[in-house]
Amino acid sequence: MIARRFVPLLATFSLLVVMFIIGGFQFEGFASFQVVTNLLTDNAFLLVVALGMTLVILSGGIDLSVGAVVALSGVLCAVLISEYQWPPLLVFPLVLVIGTLFGTLMGSLIYFYKLQPFIVTLAGMFFARGLATTISEESVGIEHPLYYAVADSGIALPGNAWLPSYAIIVLAVLAGLFLLTHYSRFGGYVYAIGGNSQSAALMGVPIARSTIGIYAMSSFLAAFAGILYTFYTFSGYALTGIGMELDAIAAVVIGGTLLTGGSGYILGTLLGVMLMGIIHTYIIFEGSLNSWWARIAIGLLLFVFIALQKVLNRSSQRG
Amino acid sequence: MQQEQSEKALFELSNISKQFPGVKALDAVNFRLFPGEVHALLGENGAGKSTLVKIMTGVLPKDSGSIQLQQQEISPSNTAEAQKLGIAPVYQEVNLLPNLSVAHNLFLGREPTRFGCIRWQQMAEDARQLLKRFKLNIDVTESLSHYSVAIQQLVAIARGVAMNAKVLVLDEPTASLDSSEVDTLFDILRQLKSEGIAILFITHFLEQVYQISDRITVLRSGKLIGEYPITDLPRGKLIEAMLGQELQQVTGEQTEATEPAKREPLLTVSNATVPHSVDDVSLTVNKGEAVGMAGLLGSGRTEVCRALFGIDTLKSGEIKIRQQPVTLNQPADAMQQGIALCPEDRKTDGIIGPLSIRENIALALQVQAGWWRYISPEKQRTLANQYIESFHIATPDSEKPIEELSGGNQQKVILARWLAISPQLLILDEPTRGIDIGAHAEIIKLIKSLCDEGMSLLVASSELEELVAFANRVVVMRDHRKVAELQGAELSSQSIMHSIAEV
Amino acid sequence: MNTETSHSFAERLLKSRYIWPLAALLLMLIFNLLLDASFLDIHFDNGRFYGNPIDILHRSAPVALLAIGMTVVIATGGIDLSVGAVMAIAGAVCANLLVATDVSLFTVLVAGIASGLLCGLINGALVSYMGIQPIIATLLLMVTGRGIAQLLNDGQIVTFQHAGFSWLGSGTLLGIPVTIWLVLLVFIISQLMLRRTALGLFVEAVGCNSSASRYLGINDRTVKLMAYLLTGFCAALAGIISAADINGSDANNVGLWLELDAILAVVLGGAALSGGRFSIPLSLLGVLIIQTLNTTIMVSGMPSKLNLLIKALAVVLVLLLQSDIFRKQISGLAGKWRHS
Repeated sequence: MIARRFVPLLATFSLLVVMFIIGGFQFEGFASFQVVTNLLTDNAFLLVVALGMTLVILSGGIDLSVGAVVALSGVLCAVLISEYQWPPLLVFPLVLVIGTLFGTLMGSLIYFYKLQPFIVTLAGMFFARGLATTISEESVGIEHPLYYAVADSGIALPGNAWLPSYAIIVLAVLAGLFLLTHYSRFGGYVYAIGGNSQSAALMGVPIARSTIGIYAMSSFLAAFAGILYTFYTFSGYALTGIGMELDAIAAVVIGGTLLTGGSGYILGTLLGVMLMGIIHTYIIFEGSLNSWWARIAIGLLLFVFIALQKVLNRSSQRG
Repeated sequence: MQQEQSEKALFELSNISKQFPGVKALDAVNFRLFPGEVHALLGENGAGKSTLVKIMTGVLPKDSGSIQLQQQEISPSNTAEAQKLGIAPVYQEVNLLPNLSVAHNLFLGREPTRFGCIRWQQMAEDARQLLKRFKLNIDVTESLSHYSVAIQQLVAIARGVAMNAKVLVLDEPTASLDSSEVDTLFDILRQLKSEGIAILFITHFLEQVYQISDRITVLRSGKLIGEYPITDLPRGKLIEAMLGQELQQVTGEQTEATEPAKREPLLTVSNATVPHSVDDVSLTVNKGEAVGMAGLLGSGRTEVCRALFGIDTLKSGEIKIRQQPVTLNQPADAMQQGIALCPEDRKTDGIIGPLSIRENIALALQVQAGWWRYISPEKQRTLANQYIESFHIATPDSEKPIEELSGGNQQKVILARWLAISPQLLILDEPTRGIDIGAHAEIIKLIKSLCDEGMSLLVASSELEELVAFANRVVVMRDHRKVAELQGAELSSQSIMHSIAEV
Repeated sequence: MNTETSHSFAERLLKSRYIWPLAALLLMLIFNLLLDASFLDIHFDNGRFYGNPIDILHRSAPVALLAIGMTVVIATGGIDLSVGAVMAIAGAVCANLLVATDVSLFTVLVAGIASGLLCGLINGALVSYMGIQPIIATLLLMVTGRGIAQLLNDGQIVTFQHAGFSWLGSGTLLGIPVTIWLVLLVFIISQLMLRRTALGLFVEAVGCNSSASRYLGINDRTVKLMAYLLTGFCAALAGIISAADINGSDANNVGLWLELDAILAVVLGGAALSGGRFSIPLSLLGVLIIQTLNTTIMVSGMPSKLNLLIKALAVVLVLLLQSDIFRKQISGLAGKWRHS
């Protein structure tokens, strides 16, 4: 008998396998190792954002600002590197600090003034997006030796597959978040706040520090994803990542994290991102389907998983 | 050293006062705890027990007075601080995290780590060792929500002990436990006592006080009545100390409740069953009669009220109003049949906080009239003013938001709301909970006069004296079932208590 | 007698919830008048009125419609993030019907409104019958909805020529833009429905305490569902006038960011996001503030991209001003400052 909390996770995993098999039968080259590594590289920034979102949702909150923060950090990188000729190794830490401060500010508003996370992060989304547009309305290209160097580096995998270096960085982030969530005290606090923040406070959980830390972490990761995105596109653009917040939320929920908080797994989010990626890949292979079908499919999938959570929750309350 | 400690109090609160808007919740109260004793803190609802507990556990600040732990002045400003000092509270509703494992609940914030990583295996092992002392042999890696309230409560106590608690504050820990679970809990308390831990025990089960306590402190209306060794205060004296004079006056006019000669039934419930909450309950309420319903928390009395008001639907059984079978699928159906309910939890289910007294009173009438027949604000005001006057609701005008009133006045507004639709059957679930003594008396008086006017009432209450004071009959509930129906000469708080306690 | 009532009116105004939003609006108008003394001038030309006030009212029409619906949804304790996407869907439905078929204008409008009501029904069902948090439930449609609109338009911007339909967006009636008449009509009808019947009271009761409302015999689920139907209707109408204004349906851009404008308007009107008391006139005052701000930014020559930034800051500021904790801190600071 499988524990009830593993049911959504198992469903996601089965869907992933089924999609892969169907695609493999339908299209040549779908069930290849390269497609798997591409899944990882093409969705690297989404995975990073979704990992932060996992923490936020585990704590019972929500962060609608992530897509805009991705855009802001991308634009900042591009403008500082291309127009101001700053060295990237100075720009990246700066952008990460700005992102973290942004999240700290949102977390503080949420904690100290008891404002609802959705409205604070919605305002944050508009603020970051507005700031990005103010800095540059046009897409700014990046030409820097470091970018070419990073783009060319990577590890050759068996089966002619190629794992670019920034995918490796993403795997490192994944490992870090896994440890943070499942093996650190902070991770325990995140679950505690998501379970019942009043009880958590009574049990001595540092709510202020944790809440602010969670949103700071989410924005930090979004800024990190923005940097990654510049490596992917060699540019920064204020309109990147529109709707990415929903993709991230969808990945987290499809990965088995309870929307009400308190239960979920980091590796589930990885599965969620992979499943969404495979839907995109399938639609690209299909060719005749428009890309907005992916949007609709993911929306429906998200709906199904939310409904599944409701049903499982209800039956667990009765049982 | 040992002797000196046993002479001096481990934990001492002196001259504690606390003022709430309109009420003096605590008036220069003293309280002492010695190591290795179980000390019962007793008093009726509103006596100030919970305020005192909140002050000593850092939930509320005190207005004046001093708190000393081991002769050191302390002033915990939150629970976490109080816990660090060694004061561990265990509440009736367990304040742990149901989504975390038992082991994690025990060690949250103090997990064993190596290189910053939590050692889950080690933590589970530590948890098992700890729970062995409590004779609990459970899978500590399973989430807490998996286990019964009794086990959750023991886990909460274990957490307190594991955090080197010197003082355990148990607020109604036995309210939702069955008798064998209570025995287990008491065994553990005796063991903790022998280890020198001081235990403060709050309960409304008087027999349990005599089973486990060494001393008793009684509060009444925010004042200290006295501190007694258990042997100096037999049950009769204890009840006298708790009830005092004020309630005697209320109950003084009792027993005039004239036995109705022969009345026709208004409500007949036969074999009503709601899954997990009401089990095969039958009862009758006659016209112009007040029927009481007694039982512990979770005994099914609130659930019967809910079913009669259409909030929960019956799985089987029948409800008849004036001999006609009715189906109550929603509150609107019940209101159509002339049934009204003042719910138990006034704050979440009764008042609509930010709305004015006027709107709170007019709402039920408006619902009954239908949304398209709007009762104009002027008419609402006239209606509200009528009740403000006749019920002595303390407010400058009818526009004041109901959440700014005291509990007693809020309850009067809720009563007014339902009386405005002239119900034939008024169901009151704990009508006097959390209400000051003056409003208490007024509400009891009101219940009586409503009966005299020919209205039928069904009143669920945990205050037995109150039930005896006005009820013609009392139905006793236990484990979702009706276990007794008492009336006439056999009706007394003693007999109700016996039925509740299964003696 | 007369002076007495006017006196009490002034007194009531000072105490009322209108004072702050009104002051903000007046302040902005004065700022504009200082920049340009003819800011408030209206002139009559070619059978219609022109001038900044008319322009502000006309441009604010879509947000005003959204804000009417949003006010009620927020009053029930919910939120609707999908209104922009619903605008895109309704616009796409109408545009495609106008281009591809020969059906009457009436049918087109009914179809557009019906698509909005359907969206509202979905949101309402998710929120009140499935118990999904409003943010998530409407976020589903917020993103999926644009995909659906894209699908209807096959990824293109669908343009049409239809004088009757365009009249709704850019025509005039008695010299005043039709859009303004439409907002006025929806406002009056919704105000009558909510304040001359008990519906408004029920909405407030549900928003303040839905559990207690259930114990009162109010069907809280139906009330919530109705609120989402209303936002669906309002969003569809807003989508129709937006499409009519540009003679086309642009699924990517129509109504983009307008959900925040609508929420901001409601918040500026003083309503709490947690639900309860609401006032549609106050929300509309909020809409006017936002649109005047937009126009001010445009007229004063500041880059229009600052809009998003200023609005984001305004939301946070108003939320902070509503927060008790912030007010206490401010009065505490003010006290300290006075002492030193």
